[in-house]
Amino acid sequence: MNKLNLSKASRRSFMTYAVVIIAFIVLQSLAAAGAMSSMLKGLLVPICAYVVMAISLNLTVGILGELSLGHAGFMSVGAFMGVTTAVSLQNVVASKELRLIAALLVGALFAAVVGFLVGIPVLRLNGDYLAIVTLAFGEIIKSIFNNLYLGLDSHGLHVSLLNNTLNLDEGVKPIIGGPMGIGGIQKIANFATGFALIMVCLIIIFNLVNSRAGRAIMAIRDNRIAAESVGIPITKYKMMAFVTSAAMAGAAGALFALNFSTIVANKFDFNTSILVLVFVVLGGLGNMMGSIVAAAALTVLPEALRQFADFRMLVYAIVLILVMLIRNNPTIRTFTAQLRRGRKGGAKS
Amino acid sequence: MSFLNSLISGVSLGSIYAIIALGYTMVYGIAKMLNFAHGDVIMVGAYICFFAVSRFSLPPLVGVLLAVVVCTLLGMTIEKLAYAPLRAAPSLAVLITAIGVSYFLQNAALLLWTPNPKVFPNFFARKVTAPDGTVTDQTGMAFFDGALRVSYVTLVTILVCLAIMAVLTVFINSSKLGKAMRAVSEDKDAARLMGINVNTTISATFAIGSGLAAIAGVLLCSAYPTLVPTTGSMPGIKAFTAAVFGGIGSIPGALLGGLLLGVIEILAKAYISTQLSDAVVFGVLIVVLLVKPTGLLGKVVREKV
Repeated sequence: MNKLNLSKASRRSFMTYAVVIIAFIVLQSLAAAGAMSSMLKGLLVPICAYVVMAISLNLTVGILGELSLGHAGFMSVGAFMGVTTAVSLQNVVASKELRLIAALLVGALFAAVVGFLVGIPVLRLNGDYLAIVTLAFGEIIKSIFNNLYLGLDSHGLHVSLLNNTLNLDEGVKPIIGGPMGIGGIQKIANFATGFALIMVCLIIIFNLVNSRAGRAIMAIRDNRIAAESVGIPITKYKMMAFVTSAAMAGAAGALFALNFSTIVANKFDFNTSILVLVFVVLGGLGNMMGSIVAAAALTVLPEALRQFADFRMLVYAIVLILVMLIRNNPTIRTFTAQLRRGRKGGAKS
Repeated sequence: MSFLNSLISGVSLGSIYAIIALGYTMVYGIAKMLNFAHGDVIMVGAYICFFAVSRFSLPPLVGVLLAVVVCTLLGMTIEKLAYAPLRAAPSLAVLITAIGVSYFLQNAALLLWTPNPKVFPNFFARKVTAPDGTVTDQTGMAFFDGALRVSYVTLVTILVCLAIMAVLTVFINSSKLGKAMRAVSEDKDAARLMGINVNTTISATFAIGSGLAAIAGVLLCSAYPTLVPTTGSMPGIKAFTAAVFGGIGSIPGALLGGLLLGVIEILAKAYISTQLSDAVVFGVLIVVLLVKPTGLLGKVVREKV
């Protein structure tokens, strides 16, 4: 039955690519035909950003096996640096798309650098202690961006912390205004770029996972001591996964920020990190397709529950608890396991 | 003198963190889970006390007791409904459920009590009649001609924290239930074989942690009197940090971590920068964990191959 003679892993990744491409074509043609509600239209770019956040966090939590509670911090770095780039290039580069791509790249680059710096201390720890340190870094990044002032004038780039002492030329407004964040952003992000970003990230992740490095990373996840004893350099591979994950989160942050006219550091707080973690856990650890579906569904769900008005977040919480309880119920687990076994048996015969 | 002032308010804030951290650390020690809903139990406790005293004009002590009872029941209910079915599930599933419970409590509070901030009454004020007959509220004591001011809330907070620590230490070390808790935290299966009812013990741990959270909520809102449905979340995260700081699972660690965190936070606010105080607190946490990866008083668990 396996005509193409592909391995199970690559069949799964091609399935994921296909589903994402089909979803993009369907959504894009719906939008072009005008058959899409304005609510869903407005959500397309945030969905892309959250999908990228979810698959990148899944790389850290599902593939590397380390719990990170500060993923929004990297999103924040990417958002602020990406928007700064887009604003700085406003008068230099005419093409919107080029500016967007430059913003995504710079966002990813800065997030990767921060991810590397954070990774040096973080990856020495294990388990819950690692989780709490990522949480701490997320809060530190938020505090810093809440107090950062940055402006651009004829003398170049000015940066100051805590107080607005930029001494900009007359009439020039700062780009990042401390707790006010960035205002008056040109919304240059679009769905097609978001889709392209998802595809690029998926290709990177699947190629990483199915490579020698990816197998080393998963060996570390499954048994750190055994991996170390067969000569796998733990820190190197941990860092590789962590930095890749951070860079993707940075690109997602830049995409997310360029879809809104204002962006503040408090948007990327602990709750955002948790939100993305919920996508990953609900979608299944290490399961990229699951992360994509969970991120898209759970971004739309609170908006779709608008008719419940005040009750929507309450309903969201109850749904979350119930899903976790049902998925981990021993009776249901055995039942689905039997179903799966039955189906496999049927395919063989 | 201003340093001493900051130090005292730091110790007071730290005492509140320590009481909250106790809840985190006990639950972690015994159920091996991070109970993210703990911060929101604090908020519920503060609201119960607020309504008991302000709306139903009950005496403050009754209000506090009522809050403790409600939170204890709430903690046990949460444990029974949401966490107990997940005993055998992976820890990440339990973590997400705890986050769900936290969202639930916050949004239920939002619906029940509206997002409008409530101003928490100050229980610790003394009516003072001046010689000319005017009555004023005295909220604290002044030393050295007013250079050093200590509010009654601060004093009560520190004393309550010390009392709780003393009682809890005796309870854990000598009572039957306390011994059962230590046994369960050491090895759940062995404890079960020795005839300890693990479920009851875990339930009791949640009850104690949640009851303490109610007290912490009242103290927190007495010191910082704005009460909103998200009041508990930031102190919750800070107290969790304090628990890790002192070594999670260790009760003296929670006290030490809480006090240090509170003092560092207030001193950073006073001498470095108000806006960056959180960054300083978390920065110190990172440095401590790098030097001592299991926290200040945490046990080093050797990994066996």
